Amino acid sequence: MTDPSVADTRRLNSKPQDLTDAYGPPSNFLEIDVYDPQIVGVGRNRYTNYEVRMRTNLPIFKLKDSCVRRRYSDFEWLKNELERDSKIVVPSLPGKALKRQLPFRGDEGLFEESFIEERRSGLEQFINRIAGHPLAQNERCLHMFLQDESIDRNYIPGKV
Amino acid sequence: MSFFGFGQSADIDIVLNDAETRKKAEHKSEDGRKDKYFLFYDGETVSGKVNVTLKYPGKRLEHNGIKIEFIGQIELYYDRGNHHEFVSLVKDLARPGELTQSQTFDFEFTHVEKPYESYTGQNVKLRYFLRATVSRRLNDVSKELDIVVHTLSSYPELNSSIKMEVGIEDCLHIEFEYNKSKYHLKDVIVGKIYFLLVRIKIKHMEIDIIKRETTGTGPNVYHENDTIAKYEIMDGAPVRGESIPIRLFLAGYEMTPSMRDINKKFSVRYYLNLVLIDEEERRYFKQQEITLWRKGDIVRKSMSHQAIIASQRFEGSSNPEKSQTQSNEEDDS
Repeated sequence: MTDPSVADTRRLNSKPQDLTDAYGPPSNFLEIDVYDPQIVGVGRNRYTNYEVRMRTNLPIFKLKDSCVRRRYSDFEWLKNELERDSKIVVPSLPGKALKRQLPFRGDEGLFEESFIEERRSGLEQFINRIAGHPLAQNERCLHMFLQDESIDRNYIPGKV
Repeated sequence: MSFFGFGQSADIDIVLNDAETRKKAEHKSEDGRKDKYFLFYDGETVSGKVNVTLKYPGKRLEHNGIKIEFIGQIELYYDRGNHHEFVSLVKDLARPGELTQSQTFDFEFTHVEKPYESYTGQNVKLRYFLRATVSRRLNDVSKELDIVVHTLSSYPELNSSIKMEVGIEDCLHIEFEYNKSKYHLKDVIVGKIYFLLVRIKIKHMEIDIIKRETTGTGPNVYHENDTIAKYEIMDGAPVRGESIPIRLFLAGYEMTPSMRDINKKFSVRYYLNLVLIDEEERRYFKQQEITLWRKGDIVRKSMSHQAIIASQRFEGSSNPEKSQTQSNEEDDS
C-alpha cells in the first residue's frame, strides 16, 4: 500500500507499441489535388474544368486512386447536396464571380489566368476539407463526385 | 431621534475568542475579489464577544433587545429577496432596556452543525455568518461577520478507475483510462489514452476540466458550465498502437468539492473532457464525470481538539462511512 501522503503518480500499465504499427504506413492517408484547368467549349458556352485526383488508403473509398474532371457548378452541386443531407457545417466555396461573366471587361473575365488559379486553389481547399470529414464520407454524393466518371444529377441521395 | 443628529447610536463589533489561533481560508467573493475569513468545520463551537460601543459616551442608548445570530443560508442570484436559511441559531444578549455605557457581551454557539461547504458561484451563494443586532424602535443597528466552512472527507473506500473504449466507426477508436473516479483537491489524475484505430489526421489532444453549476428545480433548472482548465496532453498525429500518458495535477486549479443537490437548491459537478482536434479544427470529445472531495490537513498539535475531530470525520457522497466511535464522542459532550 503506497504512502497516502505522497501522491501516486505512477503511469498506468500499457501494452508496448507493435513495431509494425509504429513504422507501418499511416491509415489516414487522403490527398486530393485540383489541377490542370482546361477551357472547353466555344464562344459564349465556354467554361473551365479541372482535374480532381484523389489518392487515399481510407477503406470507405472504393478506389484508392481516382481521377475525374469537374467544373465549378459540380462543386456547387456537391455543396448543396451536403448542406441538405449531412449534418455538417459545409465550408464555403470560392466566389461565383458573376461580375466576371458580364461583357465589356478589360480583361479575360472568367478565363483570366490569375482568377482561374485563385479558384483552383479555393476548390482544392474545399474538397480536401469536405472529404476528410467522417460524416461527409458517409454520403453517396461525395463518392459520386470524387470517383464516378460523371455526376448523375438524378441520382437517389443516400448514405454509403 | 437620529434624524436630529443628536441621537445616540452605537457601533457593533464581533470578535471571536480564538481569533488568534484559528486558521483563515481564502474565499472568492461575488465580484471576484479574494478575501480571508475564519475557517470552521462542522461541529465546531463558535464563541466570542460582541462589543457595543456607544457613539456619544455619557448618553443613554435605548433599545428593544440585543441578540446575536448564527446563520447558514443559500442565496440564488435570480431570486435575491429569498434567502433560504438552513441553519438559524439565536442567542439573546440583552433584554429590552437601555445601555448607559459601552458594553461587551459573551456568546457561544456550541457544536454548531455546518452541513455544507461555503460556496460562491455564478448563480448561487452559500454562506455562513454571525449577525449581532441592537434592535431599536425606528432602525436596528447590526453587524455581520462572515466565516468560511469547509467540509472534509476521507479516502473513499470504493474508488474504481474509469476505463472506456469509445470512437467513431471506422475512423477513430480509442481506449481511455483514468486511475480513479474520486479525486481530492490536491490529487493527481493519472491515466492514458490508447489509440486502437486512427484514420483521421489528429493535430493535438487535450483534457479540459469543466465545472457545471446547476441551480433551480423542475422546469427552472439552469446549468452554468465553466472550463476551469485546459491541459494539452499530446501534440502531433498519433498512430494505431500508441499510448499517451496523462498526469494532471489538480492542486494548481481553483476548485471546490463536488456538491450534490445541496439543500435541494443547487449542485456543483466536475467533468473531465477529453478533446481531440484534427487538422480541419474538427473536435471529437468524450466527457466523464469525476467526484472531487476535500482532504483534511495533517493533524497538528496546534489545532483545537474540535478541529482535529472534525478533520477526521468521514463523509461519503451517500454518508455510509460515518465514523462510529468519533461521532459518538461528539454526541456525548
